[in-house]
Amino acid sequence: MVKKRLGKIKGFSIQFLPYSEIRGLDSTKRIKRILNIVLGNNILIIQGKLEPEEETRLIEDTMAMMGHVKNFKGIELAVISGNGGKSGGFFGRFKRNLANSIAGEDMGAVTIIGPATIIKEIKRNPKKIELLLKG
Amino acid sequence: MVGKAFGNFFKKIFFNIFGQKKELKLGFYGPPNAGKTSLANRICKDFTDKEIGKTSKIPHETRTIQFKEKVEISYKGRKMTFKIIDTPGIATKIDYEDFLKFKLKKKEAKTRAKEATQGVIESIKWLDDMDVVVIVLDAIQNPYNQVNITIIGNLVARKIPVLIVANKIDLKRANLKKVEAAFPEYDVVGISAKYGKNIEEFYESIFKLAKKV
Repeated sequence: MVKKRLGKIKGFSIQFLPYSEIRGLDSTKRIKRILNIVLGNNILIIQGKLEPEEETRLIEDTMAMMGHVKNFKGIELAVISGNGGKSGGFFGRFKRNLANSIAGEDMGAVTIIGPATIIKEIKRNPKKIELLLKG
Repeated sequence: MVGKAFGNFFKKIFFNIFGQKKELKLGFYGPPNAGKTSLANRICKDFTDKEIGKTSKIPHETRTIQFKEKVEISYKGRKMTFKIIDTPGIATKIDYEDFLKFKLKKKEAKTRAKEATQGVIESIKWLDDMDVVVIVLDAIQNPYNQVNITIIGNLVARKIPVLIVANKIDLKRANLKKVEAAFPEYDVVGISAKYGKNIEEFYESIFKLAKKV
């Protein structure tokens, strides 16, 4: 269904943001950077995930911006956690925990954020994630 | 400063002796239209005879925090007093055009959307004030919604005890097992706030939850 309609969608791009790009930023700057990218009609894929407090801050700032930015109707957001699965055994878990403790983040996670004017819905279940775009 | 420290000390001793705070702040959180106000109304009607707020099929009916103080819930001989706090639904997007489908006028829809955005901000700000939280989910919707995960993540970070309620189990499409599977680490109670189905189990769970404070 998405494939059939994809040709009709114009004016957006997909950007990948490695965690190293936002690692040094404080929460305020991190969220500002994310929202700036999303407001430029981009779907953003971030390596890693935000802290729970940052996620709510992102929602708060999104809501606050909706009153000030014309045609901005909010965002769609989904986080696919990298350390939620049970596969990998002891060494897999150890490596993940080590990576997380060094980076302070779940580096195996992926966060998808996009403007609600482009993304109709992000459907997810434990096995897959579907990005439904507006035609 | 010294007075405040003494006050806190006596407060702690008082809580330790009597086991519980005098009035626990019980918050109802979740996505829009899941039935937070319906459930808060059910409790308030059961124990105070008065409802807390208006419900509607149109999303974002609750756009400001509404609360009722000193609600004494009694169940199987036990009694506890709560401050019931009903919050606006948390969403990441709000489009006034969605309200037009419910035959609202454009101006009304735009006002509703604007108020709803403020409501989301208010809900998030109140997270810090809660003692215990009931997350109300619509059992016919996909529970793997990022908003649900974000709210729970924030409560866990703040060490606030959580109970998940899967509402609308009276509906055929309701899938309680899917909600339970999505949140295996939490207590999930399936209810129908509208018809009072399974509400006894909900009260039992509320008492269990309050013990975690």
